[in-house]
Amino acid sequence: MYKSILQSIDNIAIWPVISFVIFFLFFCLLLWYVFTADKQFIKTMSEQPLREDDSSTPQTNQPL
Amino acid sequence: MELEKIYYDNKIVKAFIIATVIFGIVGMTVGLLAAIQLFYPIFNFDLPYTSFGRIRPLHTNAVIFAFVGNAMFAGVYYSMQRLLKTRMFSDGLSWIHFWGWQLIILAAAITLPLGFTTSKEYAELEWPIDIAITVVWVVFGWNMIGTILRRREQHMYVAIWFYIATFVTVAVLHVVNSFEIPVTFLKSYSWYAGVQDALVQWWYGHNAVAFFLTTPFLGIMYYFLPKAADRPVYSYRLSIIHFWSLIFIYIWAGPHHLLYTSLPDWAQSLGVVFSVMLIAPSWGGMLNGLFTLRGAWDRVREDAVLKFMVVAVTAYGMATLEGPLLSLKNVNAIAHFTDWIVAHVHVGGLGWNGFLIFGMFYWLVPRMWGVSLYSSKLANLHFWLGTLGIIFYALPLYVAGVMQSLMWKQFNPDGFLAYQNFLETSTRIMPFYVLRAVGGLLYLSGVFMMAYNLIKTAYAGKLIANEEAQVAPLMKVVHPTGGYWHRVLESKPVLFTVLSFVAILIGGIIEMVPTFLIKSNVPTLATVKPYTPLELHGRDIYIREGCVSCHSQMVRPFRSEVQRYDPQGGEYSKSGEYVYDHPFLWGSKRSGPDLHRLGGKYADSWHYRHMYAPGEVSVGSIMPAYPWLFDQAIDLNATAGKIAALRTLGVPYPQGYEEQANADLEKQAARIVANLKMEELNATTDSEIVALIAYLQRLGTDIKVKDITATNQ
Repeated sequence: MYKSILQSIDNIAIWPVISFVIFFLFFCLLLWYVFTADKQFIKTMSEQPLREDDSSTPQTNQPL
Repeated sequence: MELEKIYYDNKIVKAFIIATVIFGIVGMTVGLLAAIQLFYPIFNFDLPYTSFGRIRPLHTNAVIFAFVGNAMFAGVYYSMQRLLKTRMFSDGLSWIHFWGWQLIILAAAITLPLGFTTSKEYAELEWPIDIAITVVWVVFGWNMIGTILRRREQHMYVAIWFYIATFVTVAVLHVVNSFEIPVTFLKSYSWYAGVQDALVQWWYGHNAVAFFLTTPFLGIMYYFLPKAADRPVYSYRLSIIHFWSLIFIYIWAGPHHLLYTSLPDWAQSLGVVFSVMLIAPSWGGMLNGLFTLRGAWDRVREDAVLKFMVVAVTAYGMATLEGPLLSLKNVNAIAHFTDWIVAHVHVGGLGWNGFLIFGMFYWLVPRMWGVSLYSSKLANLHFWLGTLGIIFYALPLYVAGVMQSLMWKQFNPDGFLAYQNFLETSTRIMPFYVLRAVGGLLYLSGVFMMAYNLIKTAYAGKLIANEEAQVAPLMKVVHPTGGYWHRVLESKPVLFTVLSFVAILIGGIIEMVPTFLIKSNVPTLATVKPYTPLELHGRDIYIREGCVSCHSQMVRPFRSEVQRYDPQGGEYSKSGEYVYDHPFLWGSKRSGPDLHRLGGKYADSWHYRHMYAPGEVSVGSIMPAYPWLFDQAIDLNATAGKIAALRTLGVPYPQGYEEQANADLEKQAARIVANLKMEELNATTDSEIVALIAYLQRLGTDIKVKDITATNQ
């Protein structure tokens, strides 16, 4: 039944393709970013909760 | 570089902590009462305000929005200031948010026992309170975004992303699900009907779990767990993937609450697929939390804070594996409508939310008051009581759920239901209900212990209302470009918010638009007619008394269900039967039998006697008695308003029918009163019981009218 419902929408075939491409590209980009991200930046970010006070820790907002 | 001296606002955090503890105790006590009512119906006290149907939404709203909600705000206000190195944007907004939220809770605590409810789960509050929630939520978001814009850190830590997603998504969910047309000051009808209402409601319901109970607490986990363990999160990279995949996928999973119902198959399948996909991000997050403790496991032995957090994260892992498994249609066929689901949500609620909150508070209060915890021993005892409480709560319900479901489905060799009487399957699981209440009591006693411990701790120290910190001012931001697009995103909160918004919209739109627009998704039945005025009043009484808490109106297409609920007609529930149901009343739990084919099954007099004293008509019944329905009268002045409101929503009452409605109502009521009279039962035509009987006798009968012509089938 659902096939006939979906078929009644104009150009329905392109919808899932577009959605898939958007999702797929987004997650590819995300993975690419995650694996190639600057190690120092990731380290600084992951330590952010442990730095509440800058008086005893290195400066954090220098361009990384 | 010059360091700036700033002050973090701890006073607002304190206020939210106090509110959390108070409402935790209240909400769980009400939960315990509801648990006891299920095996000792006498604890319904024969009063409208304390009957299960009204107490149950009070419990769920109190623990979700008052206990977990206030704890979320405490965690967010504490961590956000420190992660962004700035005080909250506006103290005024913080306090408006705090008091606004508490007033909403107060309004809920008054209106729900009084029977003012929309009946939509976790969205029961009536329209004026819905508007207040929207306003207060916007205040919270305004304060949050303002704080983010004033930050002294260039990049937003992952916890902040989760907070942003929470704010945006809860706003969308609440607004879309709360579309309703006001009838009176505290009564409204859902904008959507039947199948569509169900889809919107469970899109909301499931994502309330996702974006109110999960994402803010993941943010809290990503902040407080590294703090408590004193080491950075295991993998910041994993947390980035965790965030995006979770918010992308979660929003699609709602229809898994409606498997085997009249929801179109394609929507059900989407819900299943995305639910199974959810295992990946959920477990990624859980492992990220647990691995953060690498090298610190020895401390878990002593430190109650870490103990609570480890069990919380483990419970998150268990619940998020169980959820997708429950979404498989074959598992759902057994688990849905049973206590298995109740056990599942409590592993999440008591384990994940509760334990993370307790861990957070045991860590926070000593720091905010500048002392050490009054008693670690007591905190450890709380941990064990709580853990035992969860086990005693969940295990008996798992057994009860599976057992009852199998009994519902059991046929004897002659092809008849082995347990024809629903009551037989209820009485068998009573011992498990008792054990569950013991579990709840254990858990609640732990909370009392925590309250004592935290109060003693606070009195031993002094609140550091404005905590001083030395921070570096934010330099002119240099945006990195090229391959570091996500890094750019982390420094652009507004763009980040917009993208999160888009991510969560896609799923909702794709599921809802076809269900709304394409008529053939809900095949109409020519014999299905709008409710009569008397039935409409009866239906509103059904909603007011929270009957939907225990009775479904959805006969699933299983032989066992069709034979149990419609042995003569053999009809399971069709989507076309609900087209005038504003709101839908499919229910999510069967503590009593399904009622969709109840109409015509029993005589009017049976209903009369049954509502007055259920235990006398069905010996061993756990249903509360409803004596007040026999004294209270329906408000005939409201009839016209109800008809007009429903006509606005598309129910085809003829123009001007309001004028004639009460005359029709009287006629139908007189017939019922005459029926009752024959058995020497007295009722007036305007009594509530007569209206309720009219509604119950109508249920599911339209499809039985001869010469059904289905269009669009």
